[in-house]
Amino acid sequence: MAKYTITVNGKKTQVEAEPDTPMLWVIRDYVGLKGTKFGCGMALCGACTIHLDGQPVRSCQTPISTVKKKKITTIEGISENIDHVVQKAWIEEQVPQCGYCQSGQIMSAIALLKAKPKPTDDDIDTYMSGNICRCGTYDRIRKAIHRASEMM
Amino acid sequence: MNNIHKKTVNRRDFLRYTSLTGAALILGIPNAKASGSPIVSNLSDEAAAFNLNPFVVIEKSGKITIFNTKPEIGQGTFQSFPALIAEELELSPDQYNVQQTGGESKFGNEQFVGGSTSIRTSYEAMRKVGASAREMLIAAAATQWNVAASDCYAEKAKVFHKPTGKSLGYGELVETASKLEVPKTPTLKDPKDFNILGKSVKRADIPLKVTGKAVFGIDVEVPNMVYASVERCPVFAAKLKGFDKTETLKVAGVEQVVEVERVFGNYKTTGVAVVAKNYWAALKGRKALKVNWDYQGKETFNSKDYAQYLRDLAKNEGIVDKSVGEFDKTFGDSTNKVEAFYETPFVAHATMEAMNCTAHWKDDGKLEIWASTQVPSDTMDDLPKRYGIKAEDITLHTCFNGGGFGRRLAIDFIIEAVNLSKTIKKPVKLVWTREDDTQLGPYRPPTFSAMKGALSPDGKVAAFQHKVIAPTILSFLMPEQDKTKVDETMVEGISHQKYDMPNMKNTFVFADCHVPLLWWRSVTSSTLAFAHECFIDEMAYKAGKDPLQFRLDMLTKDSDTKRVLLKLKEVSRWDTPLPIGKGRGVAQWEFFAGLGGCVIEVSKKANNSVKIDKVYVVIDLGTVVNPDTVKAQMEGCVVMGITAAVKNGITFANGKAEQGNFHDNPVLRINEMPKVEVHILAEGGTTIKGVGEPGLPPVAPALANAIFATTGVRIRKMPFDLDNLG
Repeated sequence: MAKYTITVNGKKTQVEAEPDTPMLWVIRDYVGLKGTKFGCGMALCGACTIHLDGQPVRSCQTPISTVKKKKITTIEGISENIDHVVQKAWIEEQVPQCGYCQSGQIMSAIALLKAKPKPTDDDIDTYMSGNICRCGTYDRIRKAIHRASEMM
Repeated sequence: MNNIHKKTVNRRDFLRYTSLTGAALILGIPNAKASGSPIVSNLSDEAAAFNLNPFVVIEKSGKITIFNTKPEIGQGTFQSFPALIAEELELSPDQYNVQQTGGESKFGNEQFVGGSTSIRTSYEAMRKVGASAREMLIAAAATQWNVAASDCYAEKAKVFHKPTGKSLGYGELVETASKLEVPKTPTLKDPKDFNILGKSVKRADIPLKVTGKAVFGIDVEVPNMVYASVERCPVFAAKLKGFDKTETLKVAGVEQVVEVERVFGNYKTTGVAVVAKNYWAALKGRKALKVNWDYQGKETFNSKDYAQYLRDLAKNEGIVDKSVGEFDKTFGDSTNKVEAFYETPFVAHATMEAMNCTAHWKDDGKLEIWASTQVPSDTMDDLPKRYGIKAEDITLHTCFNGGGFGRRLAIDFIIEAVNLSKTIKKPVKLVWTREDDTQLGPYRPPTFSAMKGALSPDGKVAAFQHKVIAPTILSFLMPEQDKTKVDETMVEGISHQKYDMPNMKNTFVFADCHVPLLWWRSVTSSTLAFAHECFIDEMAYKAGKDPLQFRLDMLTKDSDTKRVLLKLKEVSRWDTPLPIGKGRGVAQWEFFAGLGGCVIEVSKKANNSVKIDKVYVVIDLGTVVNPDTVKAQMEGCVVMGITAAVKNGITFANGKAEQGNFHDNPVLRINEMPKVEVHILAEGGTTIKGVGEPGLPPVAPALANAIFATTGVRIRKMPFDLDNLG
């Protein structure tokens, strides 16, 4: 066990964990934020996507020992009152069905719009293809990203 | 699930079987005078001021809670089911809270989601619940004001007195209302006055799902909870011989290692549970386990041999499902025959939230469970019998389901967690890994189809046969299956298409299978429609006719199927030729859950491959509750239907599933998503059909038919590879 001080959504937190513990489980079971989801454990589905210093990473493949001082942002940290443009667009387009993958979808979409504020459908398909949705919300995700892009 | 073995049942009956007593409770609204006791403990003290019926609680403060008996698995019942009550009760969507029920007997035995039944079986009953509450509140206001009830009306959680314009909120009326008789035949609203039903109302669960606040089963945390991961034998039906936990116990955080039984109907296996302070430790501990299995001779099971076994079985005559006219003679005498054999794979549900359950077997013998489940009623029916405890001593918290697709109609993962908690005497969260979820079943069963057809001289179907060869789901869920009768759940829809066929004989051949099987979104309709509707296409080409016209020619009478095909013809501009290198295919399917059809357009790429350009879906409903939700469900059906048609599926070698995670059991990704255009046929009226499943069965055959139209390659086996059509 080792002690780590991590910054999650702007808040410093002390965690005692094995160095190889993936951030996914640190965030969910130590910090207690459940919005970041376990989907595959192999960085294949994107359900566990978080931001490290604004960059999207799969938290299931990110051991706590590698995080150091990087700022962690989870779905809970993107807005206070559901007022992030991506969240608003997601509600407008009624994207989620079961909703399980959507935290990861939104975290990836935010990163995409940061890198490419006016993405094409092809840009979206390329960037978002790491995030699986079994319910089939893909076309709504495309529409919501375009909408968010217009709202920015 | 226990008392159904006495007769042959179809899938809807199966799902509804334990529900028959529930209907009486829902329709026969209990006496309103039972207003003294709170109906749910976790409402505020003010609760139950108005306990009209189990489904609505209006508090004196004006707070209104509607209970949702239909677990939310993505299909939108968190909005649509309460809306049935809210519409008649004159509430706007922001004026009530929704609470999910947990199989409590007062809510009846229909607390499940399956068979696309939620709305079509509740539509009238739940509206009556809302209407009777509305009438009582109006009567209460009339009493308080001493005016005629006919001069009062309800709107937005208030009752108004028309002549004076004065009003009282529902909360101010509850005390008086609770003393009134419940109207036996409340008047339902005229659909033209609907504010919520039939409108694309935004879903209340969506804000929770874009903020990470929606609580799925896997998100539950209870005090002093431990975590568990279970090593189970990947060889199906193997038995546990023994295990060495020495190395596991050395892993930091691991507390104990114990045996635990998983029960899926008749399929019982024992695994080794690693219990730890955190889930990561449980996973690491599991990797360090050494387990000995007795494979029971099942380690040689493989897909190649199993497929051959099914093909060999096709030589059997089979049990007749439906016989019309004289198939054997007509087919035998015909000089214009078509024959084809179709094959489909096992597939996994692959819900994004892997199976999990948190269970707490308490010292006082009471049991508390938190789970993503499609079947609160079944769970509460099963567990008391299984463990010999009273239903009142079990509390089930039904969470948001991270996907269902039928997988969560089974409660194997709940029983496993309860067994574990009972053994270790602690609250425990048991979480399956993605590999567990992919490799352990239950799966959608494969169905193989031997098709025979004969054409008359004028190019019409003279004789038709669909012989289904398949293992059965019910063999796992029923103590003993009568194999002299057709298992109706395995021949779903094949004898119920509206086509006029003067001579038809559909049959079923039972196959054995030790790999656990379960319902999967539209189940056998999803595989049988592929064989059936592709073969109709084969016959159309043999007759030299346009495939859509060939179908219409067999629909001599007016029917919903005919309307669906005509609508597809119109919206897809079927009669307008596509550019060279592009083509389209059509398919429809009607079964107990409903009716849908689609036209798919593909374009030819180099090297014998195609790309899906566009999917047109027509769903026939009669009445629609939320058009946007229906649209979303159709988009989902298309994605799931294409995935099952073109991705791996589950195959077996050495007794085990060969796939483990999304790299080898891939699902459709956003870059593979075609444009989908949905048209809903819903002119109102008394008919109301299912939504969740009927969009799926036509997808694979429409795609395969489009491929034939475009490339000349006839696909007769799922899965097929769009990049290498062979």
